[in-house]
Amino acid sequence: MILVNEQPYHFKVGLTVRSLAEDLKPSADLFIVNGFPVSAETLLADEDSCWLIRRGEMPAAEEIERLLYARHTPGVHDKIKKSSVGIMGLGGLGSMVAFALARIGVGRLLLVDFDVVDPSNLNRQNYFVDQVGLNKTEALRANLSRVNPYLRVETIDTVLTEQSIPTIFAKVDVLAECFDSAEMKAAALRCALTALKGKPFVGASGVAGYGDNNLIITSRIREGVYLVGDRETAARPGEGLMAPRVGIAAHHQANQILRLLLNVA
Amino acid sequence: MKIICNGKEMEVRDGATLEELILELQLNPATVVAECDGRIVLREEYPQIFLRQGIVLELIRFVGGG
Repeated sequence: MILVNEQPYHFKVGLTVRSLAEDLKPSADLFIVNGFPVSAETLLADEDSCWLIRRGEMPAAEEIERLLYARHTPGVHDKIKKSSVGIMGLGGLGSMVAFALARIGVGRLLLVDFDVVDPSNLNRQNYFVDQVGLNKTEALRANLSRVNPYLRVETIDTVLTEQSIPTIFAKVDVLAECFDSAEMKAAALRCALTALKGKPFVGASGVAGYGDNNLIITSRIREGVYLVGDRETAARPGEGLMAPRVGIAAHHQANQILRLLLNVA
Repeated sequence: MKIICNGKEMEVRDGATLEELILELQLNPATVVAECDGRIVLREEYPQIFLRQGIVLELIRFVGGG
């Protein structure tokens, strides 16, 4: 048995990549076997893993789904794809958290920010120079659709407040606090501990500069409520926000969110 | 009088409010989440909460950047 685009295929001696492609995907113009590009004349061996690709072709939803099942195992992927995550703020933290969650196939993302992409964002945020001036909500939606076009990505272009957060995020499974402002970080945590009590929450504080990697930690401060960061390093002159450390914190957040979605936290 | 703040005993002056304590700790009240005897307090309440002997406070402070 071999695997072709993650699906089992009966192997027989003498099988070539060309005959496989003629049978399954005649339009294929790129052949990958066990991770490396090969020619059409390559002889296959039992238990090989093959990809038949047509360059530039958009994979079908089922194909991406199969990939995620194969990578994550069905039990895990079923939970991830049924889940929803709300992200408050789409800057260095939020845009990175959104990418990580989109890549693993979180089924629904609710992205909220009021801001536009400006050139100073590009040192750490997941936007591109040709997106300067676009709303972050729209720019991020466009970028995520290039990772997985079949996710449900909802966006709201608004300034969040302590009053609006509980309503806007009432229905998500997990809430990610990715604000820049310390005041809004505090406001979001208050929401999580009062109006949204019981909803899993992952916030961040202390992510600036280029201090020690390992001072960025994930702390459980209440049941289902986590804070990531060194809790001290504010953004200030000489200790600005930079992609590496903000990225470490964002991925702490994303992994903690995944753990909450999978009920292991 | 003595209060408990983030698990540690602390001496504060009689009649001090939560707002005053946070300012004395060199923190910006708008960036602090406060729990008094197990209740999360709204930001607007900080100046009206008079600390009393033995009150148990949890202060969670945030720094900017994201």
